[in-house]
Amino acid sequence: MIRFLARRLAGSAVVLLLVSLLTFGLIWLVPGDPTTVLLEASATPEQVGRLRVALGLDKPLPLQMLDWYGRVLSGDLGQSILLNRSVTEALLERLPVTLSIAAISLTLAVMLGVTAGILAALFHNRWPDQIVMSTALFGLSVPDFWLGLVFVVVFALGLGWFPTGGFTPIEQGVMEWARSIALPSLALALTQMGFVARMARASMLDVLNQDFVRTADAKGLSRTYVVLRHGLPNALVPLLTVTGIIAGALLGGTVVIEQVFSIPGVGRLIIGAILSRDFPVIQGGLLFLAVVYLLVNLVVDILYAAVDPRVRLA
Amino acid sequence: MRAADTASARDAASGGAPLLEVVGLTTTLVATGASVLEDIAFTVEAGETLCVVGESGSGKSMLALAIMGLLPPAIRIRRGEIRVHGEDLARLSPAEWRARRGRDLAMIFQEPMTALNPVMRAGAQVAEVLRKRRGMTDDAARGEALRLFERVGIPNARARLSAYPHELSGGLRQRVMIAIALAAEARLLLADEPTTALDVTIQAQILDLLNDLRRERGLGLMLITHDLGVVAEMADRVLVLYAGRMAELAPVAALFDRPMHPYTRALLASIPTSEGPRTRLVAIDGAVPAVGAMPQGCRFRPRCPHADARCEAVPPLVAHEPRHHAACWATAPEDRAS
Repeated sequence: MIRFLARRLAGSAVVLLLVSLLTFGLIWLVPGDPTTVLLEASATPEQVGRLRVALGLDKPLPLQMLDWYGRVLSGDLGQSILLNRSVTEALLERLPVTLSIAAISLTLAVMLGVTAGILAALFHNRWPDQIVMSTALFGLSVPDFWLGLVFVVVFALGLGWFPTGGFTPIEQGVMEWARSIALPSLALALTQMGFVARMARASMLDVLNQDFVRTADAKGLSRTYVVLRHGLPNALVPLLTVTGIIAGALLGGTVVIEQVFSIPGVGRLIIGAILSRDFPVIQGGLLFLAVVYLLVNLVVDILYAAVDPRVRLA
Repeated sequence: MRAADTASARDAASGGAPLLEVVGLTTTLVATGASVLEDIAFTVEAGETLCVVGESGSGKSMLALAIMGLLPPAIRIRRGEIRVHGEDLARLSPAEWRARRGRDLAMIFQEPMTALNPVMRAGAQVAEVLRKRRGMTDDAARGEALRLFERVGIPNARARLSAYPHELSGGLRQRVMIAIALAAEARLLLADEPTTALDVTIQAQILDLLNDLRRERGLGLMLITHDLGVVAEMADRVLVLYAGRMAELAPVAALFDRPMHPYTRALLASIPTSEGPRTRLVAIDGAVPAVGAMPQGCRFRPRCPHADARCEAVPPLVAHEPRHHAACWATAPEDRAS
């Protein structure tokens, strides 16, 4: 277990290094810098130059990178150029928003997707299977932002059940909080649910054809018991991997869906930073999302060993 | 004690009927209607071992699955009776048949590697039968599982209760399978090539165990095998299947001494012997015909050295001696083979 964690930590460090190198590279490729946003169009080249020196943007790129790595290693993601606060502060402030949307849609997608997929497997080639599979195909084919817009038109503008956008912190009332994130979470979840349902169905069908399920049937146990006690635990093993994958997809999805519902989460922070060339926020935000993604997959791998006794963490 | 009580109660209820009586069993592919098993009829008495032999594709495993009510959805019982303790299972609803599984008849599968649930502890796979089928409490089930593990010869049984299947050797896994089959006290035990996947030394141990249990509990054992050595060792009577039909049914001594079906003779001739000069092994030319591509008449006809015009009609199963039946025109007694 300790060896496993050490290996994974080393691997994660490499991934994070690559992510930050890539971010630096992309920022360098994109024309423009924060001075164009900070200063009036009438600013003189001297003013621009002074600001660039003040922000450290005049140094060669490798030196900027080394500076940044040095600070990150000591736990400091730097100061936002535009927001007048530290990057860490800005991220932490918006983190609960993004995490609640991502976590709720992940839970919805996994719970409903697995249930639907298993129902489909149990009614293989009969009408419940066909309904689940065509719904799943619809979910897979539709982009989450489009689904979000449709939800806004139908449930917010049309029926008035939910607000069209914005975010209410949970401290201001659980109901209000739930209503404010219901539509974005659902829009994100539905697109992933199709994927989960298809994988769950395939996994369950595979397991139900295994010899040990026939052994359980030969014991004279009820079908429900055989499916839940023998089928499900085995079918869940590959679904854990799927959960790790969609956790990544959902993190990416929040970036877009926060835009659609104008929700002040980490995704909108990063998009705003990209538009205004707020380099430290872009760097810090992407590094942060990468860390979250790596953590989720680490948890998935540990759960893997917990669910399947044949898996040894080493 | 309880086992003997319920067993004798069942014997009384069935009025002395054999443990298993299969009558005219015919199964077909749902899609094409082609027959998989055709007109199978035999009995297994309490305390008796019936060996079912035949090549791959002869329908041995299908026969066991049909009796268990565990045929794959593509295959269906078309005709016939499967009487266990005198009760025809083939006429029961799927739920009623399921209620008989484990309690009246149990099965040991060929592959101990895949036949146990990989994410469930070995003891739990036995204990769930005790809880669900015999209504035991968790504690009682754990104690009884331990006793069963000890009975089937699992060393260090207490520790093995909490082992996962992948932590056990093939032989131990097969012993766990046997413990599962014994758990609900079924009198009829179907074993589908229980030793094929095991080392030779382990094979003998498992066969000995099955034999001991049969004697001790008065089990009826239907043992499927393609190994004639196992047949000689274990069988009271032998059923030879060829391409889904009965070729021969005889007491073991009669079968080895006076095989009446050319297929049985060919099977016996293909056993290598250590006596005499080394010769080429005798093989049976050709292969078992596929389901849906069966020859007219006798299904062994294309591979049979004695085939003639009569063989274009299906040969009936006739008695050569009171308990010795074979389905062949060439060897049938004169008065029966017109």
